[in-house]
This record gives sequence, C-alpha cells and structure tokens, in this order.
Amino acid sequence: MSTPLRLALQALFWGGWASAYVLLPEYLPLLAQIAVVALFVLSLDLLVGYAGFVTLGHAAFFGVGAYAAGILAQQGWGEPLSGLLFGAAVAALVGLVTAPLVLRGGDLTGIMVTLGIAMMLYEAANRMAWLTGGADGLQGVEMWPILGIWRFDLFGRTAFVYSLLVLFLLFLLARLIVASPFGLALRGIKGNRRRMEALGTPVKARLIAVYTLSAAYAGVAGALLAQTTQFVSLDVLDFHRSADALLMLVLGGMGALYGAMIGAILFMVAHHTLSELTPQFWQFWIGIALIALAIAGKGGLLGLARRALARLPRR
Amino acid sequence: MARLSRRRLLGSAAALAAAPALPRPAIAQAQVCRIGLILPMTGPFASTGRQIDAAVRTWLRMNGETHGGRRLEILLRDDTGVAPDTTRRLAQELVVRERVNILAGFGLTPLALATAPVATEARVPMIVMAAGTSIIVQRSPFILRTSFTLPQQAMPIAEWAAANGIRSCATMVTDYAPGHDAEGAFKRRFLERGGQIPLELRTPLRNPDYAPFLQRVRDARVQALFVFVPSGEGANVMKQFDERGLRQDGIRLIGTGDLTDDDILNDMGDPAIGVITSHFYSAAHDSPENREYVAAFRQGYPNMRPNFMSVGGFDGMRLIAEGLRETGGNLDGQRLVDAMRGKSWISPRGPITIDRETRDIIQDVYIRRVERRDGQLWNIEFDRIPQVRDPGA
Amino acid sequence: MLTVLIDGVASGMLLFVLACGLSVTLGLMNFVNLAHGAFGMAGGYLCVVLLNQHGVPFLPAVVAAALFAAALGFVLERTLYAHLYGRDHLDQVLFSIGLVFVMSAVVDWLMGARQQLITLPAWLQGRWDFGFVTVGVYRAFLIAICGAIVLALHLGLVRTRFGARLRAAVDDGVVARGLGIPVNRIFGVTFALGSGLAGLGGALGVEVLGLDPTFPLKYMVYFLIVVAVGGANTIVGPFLAALLLGVVDVAGKYYVPQVGAFVIYTAMVVLLLLRPHGLLAKASAR
Repeated sequence: MSTPLRLALQALFWGGWASAYVLLPEYLPLLAQIAVVALFVLSLDLLVGYAGFVTLGHAAFFGVGAYAAGILAQQGWGEPLSGLLFGAAVAALVGLVTAPLVLRGGDLTGIMVTLGIAMMLYEAANRMAWLTGGADGLQGVEMWPILGIWRFDLFGRTAFVYSLLVLFLLFLLARLIVASPFGLALRGIKGNRRRMEALGTPVKARLIAVYTLSAAYAGVAGALLAQTTQFVSLDVLDFHRSADALLMLVLGGMGALYGAMIGAILFMVAHHTLSELTPQFWQFWIGIALIALAIAGKGGLLGLARRALARLPRR
Repeated sequence: MARLSRRRLLGSAAALAAAPALPRPAIAQAQVCRIGLILPMTGPFASTGRQIDAAVRTWLRMNGETHGGRRLEILLRDDTGVAPDTTRRLAQELVVRERVNILAGFGLTPLALATAPVATEARVPMIVMAAGTSIIVQRSPFILRTSFTLPQQAMPIAEWAAANGIRSCATMVTDYAPGHDAEGAFKRRFLERGGQIPLELRTPLRNPDYAPFLQRVRDARVQALFVFVPSGEGANVMKQFDERGLRQDGIRLIGTGDLTDDDILNDMGDPAIGVITSHFYSAAHDSPENREYVAAFRQGYPNMRPNFMSVGGFDGMRLIAEGLRETGGNLDGQRLVDAMRGKSWISPRGPITIDRETRDIIQDVYIRRVERRDGQLWNIEFDRIPQVRDPGA
Repeated sequence: MLTVLIDGVASGMLLFVLACGLSVTLGLMNFVNLAHGAFGMAGGYLCVVLLNQHGVPFLPAVVAAALFAAALGFVLERTLYAHLYGRDHLDQVLFSIGLVFVMSAVVDWLMGARQQLITLPAWLQGRWDFGFVTVGVYRAFLIAICGAIVLALHLGLVRTRFGARLRAAVDDGVVARGLGIPVNRIFGVTFALGSGLAGLGGALGVEVLGLDPTFPLKYMVYFLIVVAVGGANTIVGPFLAALLLGVVDVAGKYYVPQVGAFVIYTAMVVLLLLRPHGLLAKASAR
C-alpha cells in the first residue's frame, strides 16, 4: 500500500473517530467504551500478535488495573491521570510476577496457567469484598475533574475525549516500540524461537518484558473503564472479557495495531446494533460471521482488506 | 450536469445519516411518557428479564396505556445482566438520546448501583423492579424499589424456624453478596431467638456441585438446613438433598422463595414437596387481585407462570401510573418521585407501600410450603408476617 | 471419607468421558476445538427431549444421544472443520467459538435458557448403605459405565488395527501417510468418536452437571484443564488427570469449603508448573 494512501487512511481513522464529538454527540458513551476496549485489544495484540504468545487470561490485568484505579479514587485520591499510572503500575507488577510461571512449558500449558491465574484473581476479588465490594461492585468511586478543568459529565463528553486521547497516545507509543529493535526481536521470537536463541537473544527476558508491557497497557484500559464509569465490579476479571478480546483481535487481524482496533470497533458496533434489533439472536449471527471469517480469511478483516486492496489495479 | 446531481445525492445522504442524531420535534413528545426499561433479556439471568417484560406488557394490557394524560411508551433494552458498564451506558443513552422520563428494570444489584449516578445527574426517577440489596435505595434520591430485599425475606423464615421447634440449623448460601446478605439476616434473627448454627457453608458462584457440601451437612446432624442460591439452582440443591439422604435423616430444608421459584417449580418434581420457604409472592396467593393477574398473565404468555420477579415489574408500572396521576402528567423528575413516595395499594402479592422516607418497599412476607394441587406444584401460603420493612444489611 | 472419594472418582470419570475426545482431537489433529463442549450439550439436550417429551427409557435415550452427537460431529467435520486443518491455531479458535455461539443460540431458541431437569428411572435413584460408607446409585452407575468406556478405549487402541493406525498417525503423520494409512479418513472417524463420547458424557451429566445453553463455555475450562494437565497425546494421561482433578475438587469442597473454588485452579496451576508437559508425557523428540 502506498504511503500517501496509508497516511490518508490513518488520518481518516483518527479524524473520523474524533469528529464523532460533533457529528454523533448522542453516541459518545458508546464510543468512549469502544476506545477502552480497543486499548485492551491493543494490549493483547502486543502479546499475541507480535510476540506470538497466546493467553486466555488477559482480563486479569484489565481487572487489576480497574480495581487499582477504582480503589484509589474510592479512598479519596480521585485525580484521573495519576490513577491511570497507578493502574498501569499495579497491573505491570502482577504481570512481572506471573510471567515466569506462565512461560514454563509448552503453549497449551502456558495458556492454561494464564487462565488459572485469571480465575484465581476473580475468586480472590469475590472473596475480598471488604476491599473490592465483591459481587455488588465497588462504590463511591468519585473522580476529580481532569487537570482541574474538565468534569466527567452525563453526556460522556469528557469521558470520550479522555479515552480517545489516551488510546491515541498509547497507540503512538506502541508503534514506536514495535518498530524498535525490541519489537523486531519479538517478531523474530514469534517466527522462530530457536533461531533467535541461537542468535544470542535473551528470549525469556524479552518475553517477560513484553508480557509486563502488555499487562501495563491492559491495566490502563481497565483504569480508564473504572474512571469513566465510576464503578468497578467482578465482570472486569471475567473470562468472557479475555475471550471476547481474543476474538476481536483475530477478527480484526493480529500483528497489526490497526487490526486490533478495527476488530474491537466492528465487534462492539455489531454487538450494539444487533442487540437492539434482535436481543436474543446476537449470538447466532456473530457466530455465523465468525465461522465465515475463519474459513475465508487469513489475518482477519485487515488481512482481507489488504488482499482486496492489493487486487485493485495500480494507478 | 451529472456532477451536480451526485453532489446533491451525497448531500442528502449525509443529511439522512445525520437525521437520527437530531433531536426529535418537540410536538410528537408532548403527550407521551417514555420509560426506559433495562432488563437482562439474554444471558444467565434472562428468566428475570422475560418475567418482568411479560408483567409490564400484561399491566399495560389490563390497564391501558394512558395515565395522568400521558401515553406510556416502553423502550426495552437488553443489558445481558453481566456487565454493569453496559447497563450504565444504556441508561445514559436512554436519557441523553431517547430522552426517557423514567428508568426502570435492573435485574441485579451491581447493575442498579452502576446506574444510580446517571439517575441522580439526569434527575430521572429510577424504578428498581428486581434487584434486592438494601443499600440500593440509598445510592440516589431518585430510586424507588418495587421488588424486595433479601434481608426482608430471610428474616421471617428464621423467626418461623425458631418458633417451630428447630434448635440447630446449618446454613448453605452461594458465595456472593446476595448470599452473604441472606446468611447474615437469617443468622442474626435465628441466634437472637435462641437457635444455634453449628455449620455455615458457602458454595462457589460458578459451577457449583452441592454434593460435598450437603455431605458435610448430613455429617453435622442438624435439624434443618437454610439455603440461599440464585434462582435456577434450587432444583439442583433439592435433587442432591434427596439423593444424599438428608430428607430420610429427617433434616428439614428451609430457605427464601428463590429456592422454589414459581417459574421452574413445576419442573422440580417430587424432591421439592414439603420444602418451606418465606417470600413475598406466590403464584398461588389466594386473592382476587392475584387471580386476575395470573389469568391475564397466562393469557398473554400461556407457557409461563408469573413469579416473584414479575410482580416487581407489575407493581412498578402501577407506581408510575399512580405518580403520573398525582402530578397530572407533569414529568419533572423530582415531582414524580415525591408523588410516588408513600403510595399504597393492594398488589397481586398482597398490600404494599412505598415508604415515604426510604423509598423502599414495605410488604407482607408469607411462610409457604410446596404442595401438589391439581397435578401441579405450588407454594401454598400458611402463615403471614404483615408489612415487613427492610431490616438493613 | 470414603463417600467423598467415591463422589470424586465418579466426577472425575464423567469429566474424562467428556474430555477425552478433545484430547484426541488436539493430539491427533492438532486442532484447537473449543466447540467440543457443544457436542456434549447436543447429546444432553437430545437425551432430555427423549426422556421428558417422548417417554423413552433412560438407557436408550443416552445411547441415542451419543449416536446423535457422533453423527453431528461427523457431518460438521466433513463440511466445516476440514477447511481449517493445518491453519493457524487462532483461526481454529475463532471458528470453534463461532460454532459454539451458533449452537448455543439454536438451543436457546428451541429449548429456552433455563436449566434442564430430568428424573432418573427408579433403578438409578437412591443410595446403598454399606454401613461404613453410603454410595449413591447413580454415582456407582457412572463409575461402572465410564470405567467400561475407558477399558474399551484402551483395548481399542491397543488391540485393534484401527487403534494401531491411529497411534501411528498420532506419532508421526507424515510417515503414516507414507505407509499408506488413510490419515484423513482416520481423522473423520476419530472426530466422530470423540464427539459421540462427548454426547454420551453430556447425557450422563445432566443429572450431575446440569444443562443449559451456556454448558459448552462453562465446562470448556474443565476439559482444557484435563487435557493440559494430562497431556494431549495419550488416553491414560487425561484419565489420571481427570480422576485427580475430580477427587481434589470434591475433597477440597468438603474439607476446606472456605477455599472452595480456589482449589481446582490452584491445583491445576501447581500441577502444570511441576509437570509442564503433562502428567505422563515424555519430552517428545519433535
């Protein structure tokens, strides 16, 4: 794809999303929620798409970030930006500690350990109701205005701009990381781990690093959710969050940051639309779409789009 | 020539696309009261959503759509019951985009708690038709409840047990907040009345297998077992209870009415017979209001039997109508809430009142036993504690 | 308590019957089939319909459920699964989850979202009291049936020609093909067999595990645990893993109920950390 075309499409993507502030003012809460989910799927892409490490328990970091930021605000410190950093830090710590456990053994073992850890965290949050509010949820989360000026309002305006901005900045950071030598090393590890080892790359260290980074990103996404909805409950740690994120990632196309975000947007929009039309058959139609997509395309929707674009006659 | 018309076409297409975002003309809304009904219509709590939706439609069929000069319009939204941030977002959209005048529904506690700030900020009455935790009404001055609270339901059975010769009772509840509420309320009242609880068990929320827990109850040799599980699990518990031989050992099974949910009671079979529960509604309640309700309900939904969730929806609609009638159709949030507080009437469940101070529901709680009548299983009421307030968590 | 042990063994064996098909699919066809539980669900629902609506006796209903699930597996394998052989694991994940969604939605539409309840025939109800231990009749029945199945599977693998070909195909597909073994046809039959066993497990499990449209996803985790801990390439590995997990789960809930659900996940993580390649797997030379 030519560079001017690529730049134009990227400008369209971000510009279009931002312009929703004026064009679709009544859909801002939905778009803010989509931004949060897109960030979460982005974090998963770093791990699954670039490093080739499949996980079924990524919601663990999302949830940890959400509870960290939520509890911080509940205990009296409602400043949003530092709350995000706190959420990221706590999630990164959990990621760092669990990474060595997860990286032992083969693929299936790793997947099951991530799953097990996520489930254990869910049960722990349920049990520690004195801290997390348990199944009823964390209440009394009150956020201060961002930079002292912008209050979180009912229309979701502040939440929208805040979430989109955080997503954009973290996306830029991710792009830098992915293009760096570290990012290239990850891709090498995904492609052929043994050869990378032979080249002298400290594979285990790299994997632990990307696992921690991915956890931090997921933690920010969770913290964003807690701050924009002023509520946290057990579902942030639930298995369906991890599974949905993986689906969105594969749908959109792994190993490409835009793929992650596009998958998230399309899945959420489809869910919202189909759910309003046919509340009971959302599952059926999304299932059909997934089957068709799996049989048809490699690389998800982005892959399909790339192939379609490649077929266009060159000007 | 071709160029101009394409531009015009694009222009009108853009205008059409933007149209849904424009505010609807004020005239069309003048005579309507829009009610945003947020229920779990799919997912693990779908039966709650379906029962309430059915009851709301039944009420409209029985009482007509116009009250206080306003035509009631229902906007139903499915929140799947498992994601409070979705419920909150749906409430936001209903208030901001669809401009609803009242929010209603809310199948579980976290869903109601997450939405409370939206109701407060938008100044819109929020009728809780299903969720049952005590603190919900305190989270917003715009919340009114027509469902129940768990402590309100668990306390009477503790009284009954203590007064009927049960000295030692074990408790087994699902390990999540409503379970803890039920356990706490039962325990407090039962111990106050001189009973003893030698064994307290909590079963996992997901994939529970009651067999090992029931085995422990059997080994503890208590006189009775108090159970609270989410509606739907009751059948499993009762089956295992029988299979383990606890019934043969003479251990009595008691609990709140969630255990013998009318929605599925008939499918539970013989293991359910003789189970004693306390609850605010039984489809077998012997009153003209209830007979009329059940008949009308089954007319619209012949394969369903109304359960305790459905009356929350039925009475919620009545509350809205009463409020509108008093304000004369005025849709101002604060005025509606003030009009709805303190209202009393005879519901299909019995006499109820919406407390003027707390905005919570005061209702009769009955002690019932499962019996077979006319080939079907029913919760037959045999005792009543009148006008029970929520005792708090 | 012996009763607890017996309960755990029954639980474990049921879990094994449900999960062994997945072990074979993963080990033989290298296909991540997250829809495995859906075949169990299909079998369970057919059994419920036959029992409740047509008055079919219990045993024939269970057998019919198994055959139905096997047929369904065979058809789906030939028409849909075959397109995804050799593809990226994640594409297979996408596909199988899509399949689960479709099947769950169909079941929800046909049968509703409630828990399905059946009444066992009189000869399977009740308990036997041996004085020092009481055994539930149904649990004993489960142990007997599942034990017979395990034995049949083992003998089938070791004594029959089909079993020999299957083992060859698992060990090294390329060489097996080179020897003229019709590996693809073996895939088809094995997949049908695994799905049929899942259907049998689903039907047997209605009484013990419950049945509703969320069954496949709810129990998928348990199946994955069995296969991961047991190792995907053998029958004995998952069998031991299932037994171990069944007993640990039940015993944990009995002796330390405060910890309850933690136990099974902690046990899994610990086992995986100690034996990362499965309980019995030898580090393969691949």
